[in-house]
Amino acid sequence: MTTTTGASTASDGIAIRRRRKPATPYLLLIPAVAALLVGLGYPVYWQIVTSLQEFGLMQQFGAPPEFVGLDNYARIFTDTEVWSVVAKSIAFCLVNALLTVGIGLGLAVLMRSVHGWVRITMQITLLLAWATPLVAAVTVFRWLFDDRNGVVNWLFVQLGQENLDGYNWLGNVWTFFMVASFIVIWMSVPFVALSIYAGLTQVSEEVLEAARIDGAGSRQILWRIIMPLVRPVIAIVLLLQIIWDLRVFAQIRLLQDAGAPISETNLLGNYIYELGVGSQDFAGAAAVSLFVLVLTMVLSGPYVRYLMKEDAA
Amino acid sequence: MSAVVTDTDTPAPTAPASGLRPVRRRRVRPGKILLSGLGLLLALVWVFPVYWMMNSALTPDAILGADTPNFFPVHFTLTNLSSVLTDSGFLNALGMSVMVTFLTIALVLAFAFLAALAISRWRFRGRTSFILAVLFIQMLPAEGLFIAQYQMMSSLGLLNQVIGISVLYVAMLVPFTVWMLRGFVAGVPIELEEAAMVDGLSRPKAFIRITFPLLAPGLIASGVYAFLQAWNEFTTALVILPAESAQTLPIWLRSFLSASANRGINWAEVMAASTLIAVPVIIFFLFVQGRMTSGLVSGAVKG
Repeated sequence: MTTTTGASTASDGIAIRRRRKPATPYLLLIPAVAALLVGLGYPVYWQIVTSLQEFGLMQQFGAPPEFVGLDNYARIFTDTEVWSVVAKSIAFCLVNALLTVGIGLGLAVLMRSVHGWVRITMQITLLLAWATPLVAAVTVFRWLFDDRNGVVNWLFVQLGQENLDGYNWLGNVWTFFMVASFIVIWMSVPFVALSIYAGLTQVSEEVLEAARIDGAGSRQILWRIIMPLVRPVIAIVLLLQIIWDLRVFAQIRLLQDAGAPISETNLLGNYIYELGVGSQDFAGAAAVSLFVLVLTMVLSGPYVRYLMKEDAA
Repeated sequence: MSAVVTDTDTPAPTAPASGLRPVRRRRVRPGKILLSGLGLLLALVWVFPVYWMMNSALTPDAILGADTPNFFPVHFTLTNLSSVLTDSGFLNALGMSVMVTFLTIALVLAFAFLAALAISRWRFRGRTSFILAVLFIQMLPAEGLFIAQYQMMSSLGLLNQVIGISVLYVAMLVPFTVWMLRGFVAGVPIELEEAAMVDGLSRPKAFIRITFPLLAPGLIASGVYAFLQAWNEFTTALVILPAESAQTLPIWLRSFLSASANRGINWAEVMAASTLIAVPVIIFFLFVQGRMTSGLVSGAVKG
């Protein structure tokens, strides 16, 4: 994409301006690029360097760091705890992303088939859930699942599950992740449902009418006409959900405050936090961080390609 | 799922396709009523946590500790809200949040606007690489960076400082904001500006008088987006603002809950605090939500 090719397609006025001031766009980019280099570029560089160095107690008191090659990676990734954290993170991410998209798709289809005022009620409640700040949401769920006075335990007792009276949901690893999943799904379904619903409404009436004339029933129209047309939206929200559900540091950290077994409930972000801030093992934390960054970049590839196509369009 | 499809409705019928259709539409449809009931039930489930937060915020703590929960604020009180509003920790965190958020918004809008102008008004060498970089960078998780950012801010002496955390927020938010503003800038035809120049305005004047006002909705939407992100951010703030005096509201809420836990959690006050943090966010959110959805997945269906 050179200056001349772009100019040839535009009007003469711009072409002249472009030839006279080829430096302008670069000048306009300077502040943004500078901010990105300071806030993200340097930290990434630091992580790459640090992950290849010995960064022990000596170095924290000013000794020059020693280059150790891939020793940190070897040390970290032969640790079974790391692999258990990675496995838990991926499982948590996939289960939540699939459930979120499944429920969101169900809600979107449901919104098509209900009375207008019901649809608006659903949209408003979804927006409220989406808008709730993460910290407030986790705090409310801690209150809902409170062992002494929480509504959830009260409800179970009313339904005859007396043994759940005073049950501490956040004390057990499995129920801990279940509550965490409720929070993640509750917060992410609105985006998925409203995006897919927006996609459903964009399917043109002519296409549906044509299908009806050809004798397709409503079930066939949904699965043979509408679903293939909204598949791109579903694919994109699923991908975004997978990327977002890998980064659930805050939800887990805030729930752990209720007294959960920390080492067993750590996911990747929390493990890095413990390693870096907790144990001051910066080299190890840098190595795991880079692993997370690379994983995210790989997963983001298809999404970025999709957005680039949008830009060209 | 199969129950859902039995009654797919047909919005705004222009002309009856066949003789059968209108008759079917006029019939009372038990399926649709059933589905609407299901929809209302799900809406209730989704809104309940938000409702419960506000209901608990307006109920005395002693009542919340009763054996049977009160589902309506029959013991209405404002004491919880007022005790949070006069809490010095809350006010301190509010001040910190306001400073960080507004510095972030100002810098993000300025930087992203200039960059959006560059990529939507010029075709230059490196443009595609810049866009590609921006799109990848916006996906980077804070969890993969915060240890390095902590080290950097610590060595610069900027831990617990407004400027330190704001720089990180700006870097985090510039990419998506550039992407969002790019669409707005591209939507204002350059011909408008040129017409004004033909009528005798200089280029800067034409830009300020003609193009800039048309970009106001885009700048407002991006500003609200930056507000929501900076106001709600937890992960980076937890690491970069370790001192109690430097806490932003989300970090303060966490320590407020932990402090309360030592003497049996006062859920009424904790919910009042959550409500006070959430309400401005919910109001602002309703303004930009359409823009955010379309920014993320726009035009995926062109059927």
